Amino acid sequence: MIAGTLGAIGRPALQALAAIGRLGLFAGTVIGHILRPPFYLREFGVALLQIGWFSLPVVGLTAIFTGGALALQIYAGGARFNAEAVVPSIVAIGMARELGPVLGGLMVAARVASSIAAEIGTMKVTEQIDALVTLSTNPLKYLVVPRVVAATLSMPVLVATGDAIGIMGGWLVGITRLDFNSATYLKNTVDFLEAWDVGSGLFKGAAFGFIVALMGCYHGMNSARGAQGVGAATKSAVVSASVLILAANYILTELFFTS
Amino acid sequence: MITLSDVHKAFGANRVLQGVNLTIASGTSMVIIGGSGTGKSVLLKSILGLVRPDSGMITLDGQDVTAKGKSGADRDAFLARFGMLFQGGALFDSLRVWENVAFRLVRGAKAMPKPQARELAIEKLRRVGLKPETADLYPAELSGGMQKRVGLARAIAAEPEIIFFDEPTTGLDPIMAGVINDLIREIVVEMGATAMTITHDMSSVRAIADNVAMLHGGVIRWTGPVSELDATPDPYVQQFIHGRADGPIESVR
Repeated sequence: MIAGTLGAIGRPALQALAAIGRLGLFAGTVIGHILRPPFYLREFGVALLQIGWFSLPVVGLTAIFTGGALALQIYAGGARFNAEAVVPSIVAIGMARELGPVLGGLMVAARVASSIAAEIGTMKVTEQIDALVTLSTNPLKYLVVPRVVAATLSMPVLVATGDAIGIMGGWLVGITRLDFNSATYLKNTVDFLEAWDVGSGLFKGAAFGFIVALMGCYHGMNSARGAQGVGAATKSAVVSASVLILAANYILTELFFTS
Repeated sequence: MITLSDVHKAFGANRVLQGVNLTIASGTSMVIIGGSGTGKSVLLKSILGLVRPDSGMITLDGQDVTAKGKSGADRDAFLARFGMLFQGGALFDSLRVWENVAFRLVRGAKAMPKPQARELAIEKLRRVGLKPETADLYPAELSGGMQKRVGLARAIAAEPEIIFFDEPTTGLDPIMAGVINDLIREIVVEMGATAMTITHDMSSVRAIADNVAMLHGGVIRWTGPVSELDATPDPYVQQFIHGRADGPIESVR
């Protein structure tokens, strides 16, 4: 009875620890390969295009609607103590510090972690990964490193773009729906926004990009056989990337903004 | 020469290889037969290091290939001696046909310029009976038989000393299977390569093999020259080559 209960607690705990260990080893190996040749520039270019460029619409749309909704909410909330004037600065700070990186990261997780996991998982299932090895090509270097580096480098750019578009969304709502003067709105935005508000968000973006590509690759490389295996790998990649992004966001916020 | 001695491999409770002993002499064509799920693929993959055996030793020209801690360069040099045709072709679907065939040629220390690699790839495609126009297609645009031939062209592109064929005729119509069998035989003879084929297609066995080994129950049940295959009294081999439902091999597996 007691042993059964303890077992029921212990087994999942052990499995979770083992999974964290495997993931840690995987991450370490990938990082170790980043600076050692051979480098696959063409693969890196394709990954940059797929992960960075083609994610722009999704990140932009997410940002513009979030910025707009944020402006409406802060206006309504601020009206309770006559502080409607804070809308521009709060929208800017909120977008740059939190919503730009987090929502952008989650959207990219949905779009990129899934496609990476499905692609690499299918390659694994159809023996393409084995074929790479027999052709003297390390799959980690050829498939994983380009995607991880591309995601880590392009996410900050996506976040910066998202920040700008989100702030523009707030401004649009501010001047059309909330009777703000356009010039005042922009001046308030610029005056109260500090470099670190944006910089911290870009750092977060890089971390989230790394997480997204790493999760996609890890689950793809460890995909089980068959269509079901690839489906499960894709699901796990998106779920684990999203949860890790939110957890990492909390940890990074602690690190950056509490002293 | 490739030798396997007492090779064991288990996946969880499933003990796939339980002490395999086998020798493949250089320049000969060995065909491994055996039912589905008897570990033929695992055997091939152990030699390449894609699967690490639990115990036992595999040597290539006297050198232990399962030794741990090999550096990347050693491993590359080792793998450069091999070519492999995978069961489903395993072509990279993001690359064009010629880029698949020339994959090894344009990478690594002895990389050749792209136009030259393309020429060579087209030459290899012609060798396996494909027109130069196929070079610029993507694998998904090809039929199963054509994909297999591209896989074959890729396996022989770098002129390896040792070529592995994993079920080369599975999923092909009898005529295409015959074409592939003849191609494999011709290529092995003209390149002087050592070949190791796994199949359960008896027409392949007769077309390709110098020697045959039957894998059953995790061990090599019988091995000998193909000329002695029909005469062997071994009931397992007899049941297999004649495709009988009743015999010592259980039909429910």
